[in-house]
Amino acid sequence: MSRIARLTTNPVMIALVAMLAITGCASKKTPNSAADLGLNGAGAATPGSAQDFTVNIGDRIFFDTDSSSIRADAQTTLSRQAQWLNQYKQYAIVVEGHADERGTREYNLALGARRAAATRDFLVARGVSASRLKTISYGKERPVAVCDDISCWSQNRRAVTTLGGGAGS
Amino acid sequence: MKSILKPLLTIAAMALGMTAAATLPAYALVELNVNKGNVEPLPIAITDFQGGDALGAEISGIVSADLKRSGLFAPIDKSAFIEKISSPDATPRFDDWKVINAQALVTGSVTKEADGRIRAQYRLWDTFAGQQMSGEQFFANDANQRRVAHIIADAIYERLTGEKGYFDTRVVFIDESGAKNARKKRLAIMDQDGANVRYLSNGKSIVLTPRFSPNRQEITYMSYESGQPKVYLLQIETGQRELVGNFPGMTFAPRFSPDGQKVIMSLLRDDGNSNIFAMDLRSRSTTRLTNSTAIDTSPSYSPDGSQVVFTSDRGGRAQIYVMGADGSGQTRISFGDGVYSTPVWSPRGDLIAFTKQTGGEFQIGVMKTDGSGERILSSGFQQEGPTWAPNGRVLMFFRDSAGGPKLISVDLTGRNEQSIPTANFASDPAWSPLLE
Repeated sequence: MSRIARLTTNPVMIALVAMLAITGCASKKTPNSAADLGLNGAGAATPGSAQDFTVNIGDRIFFDTDSSSIRADAQTTLSRQAQWLNQYKQYAIVVEGHADERGTREYNLALGARRAAATRDFLVARGVSASRLKTISYGKERPVAVCDDISCWSQNRRAVTTLGGGAGS
Repeated sequence: MKSILKPLLTIAAMALGMTAAATLPAYALVELNVNKGNVEPLPIAITDFQGGDALGAEISGIVSADLKRSGLFAPIDKSAFIEKISSPDATPRFDDWKVINAQALVTGSVTKEADGRIRAQYRLWDTFAGQQMSGEQFFANDANQRRVAHIIADAIYERLTGEKGYFDTRVVFIDESGAKNARKKRLAIMDQDGANVRYLSNGKSIVLTPRFSPNRQEITYMSYESGQPKVYLLQIETGQRELVGNFPGMTFAPRFSPDGQKVIMSLLRDDGNSNIFAMDLRSRSTTRLTNSTAIDTSPSYSPDGSQVVFTSDRGGRAQIYVMGADGSGQTRISFGDGVYSTPVWSPRGDLIAFTKQTGGEFQIGVMKTDGSGERILSSGFQQEGPTWAPNGRVLMFFRDSAGGPKLISVDLTGRNEQSIPTANFASDPAWSPLLE
């Protein structure tokens, strides 16, 4: 596990992982991007809509293996999220925490919960009212990418900010 | 819901008189010694039970399959049999069985009684000593044919090994179907050999980690049915469900205490960490057992209820810890190279089974309760979640391969690995106690 963590924090490996993710087995079939979701790309979404949030802000962040630390790239995403959420205060928010499959089921439920809490806490620190925020962990039960290698696992170690308390991925 | 686990009301055991003159105390032919390098399976001849049309052969077939899967017995192919048993009560011609190296011989019969019950009886013979070792008869109603066979297999196993059997048991598990990113998960229960599957939930909500009560027809499990994942109790016979406790956050990883009076589980803290609580099912009072800024989960009681083993990442990565049942004396016991989780205390009290992640593999292993003597029984790309057979000699777990998880059993030698047949993918097995 620590070996994978080291690999993915290496910039060269991140580039490689990103390439794998693009060409990888399941990513084509899994809605991970605005284009996959049939959305029309930046600018098409009404400002303040859920689509705007997903497309222009980015609804998810990713974690290193067995970690719930908010990475630098994730901090950028979450700061954008917080700014948007502070502008559009009509939304209740559920943060979903997820884990990849490289852990046992019960431990990963706890790990997903920890990731959701870390994400929530970051948003609260950026001014989002805690009363709007709920968290839920799906452990490793809701993968978005389903191959058996690092390219998929890195997409599954995620926290997804969903609006309106509705269902997310 | 239809009655599934109603105790076999009509099963009555009765010893059959010894027909052979010898009354020497028969000795165990095969020794179950897990430390022994190689246990040679005992050649045993299991003849078709007489009578009952196809039922006789069906029952002996189930007995034979049970014993074979244990890895301790090698049932001899029927085509090699010389003597044709015409009366299961008559003393067999031992020479005919010795010559095909059948060290033990099983004969039996099954008949339908006037009241509709079936009567099954068996005799177990020691061919080399030339004597009957045991004989019993059982009455059962029609629906319990397979159970009669499992009970007979347990009796033979116990007589020959000196250990309690585990064939008259059930397994509760998660039936999984559909694509990996949209898996439907249903609670299900079946006999330990994969027969008689029944579904206990409809698949609309994610359900996980079912565990048997030690003394009631009841399971505890986790469900997303209310939105937030929570621990529930389910009465298997009535289908009645009940939330365990009224906690603000997620509750998960439940397991019963050995007396069935408590459920121990993890409760999510507001800071994102998880601690272990026990809830008394009668008084509904809860006791906090751990209070760490870490993930503390997968608690499992020792069989005497005095201790709890659990997983914690308080030291950095997940390792196995033991504490008193009141939370006292929390001590790390796993020190191997890797990540340890899902510890489960053996019903015999002597060992703790676990999942270990090391070198890109998932391993199922056992260690002594002080953490020494670690032995890996099975390794694979993705496998986890051991559960003990009630005799503490066999583990079942789930292994992910070819698109989804399947159930596997392995004995404590690690050499006898068996797949449990299930219609769909299956995960999170939990073995019942011996049925009553």
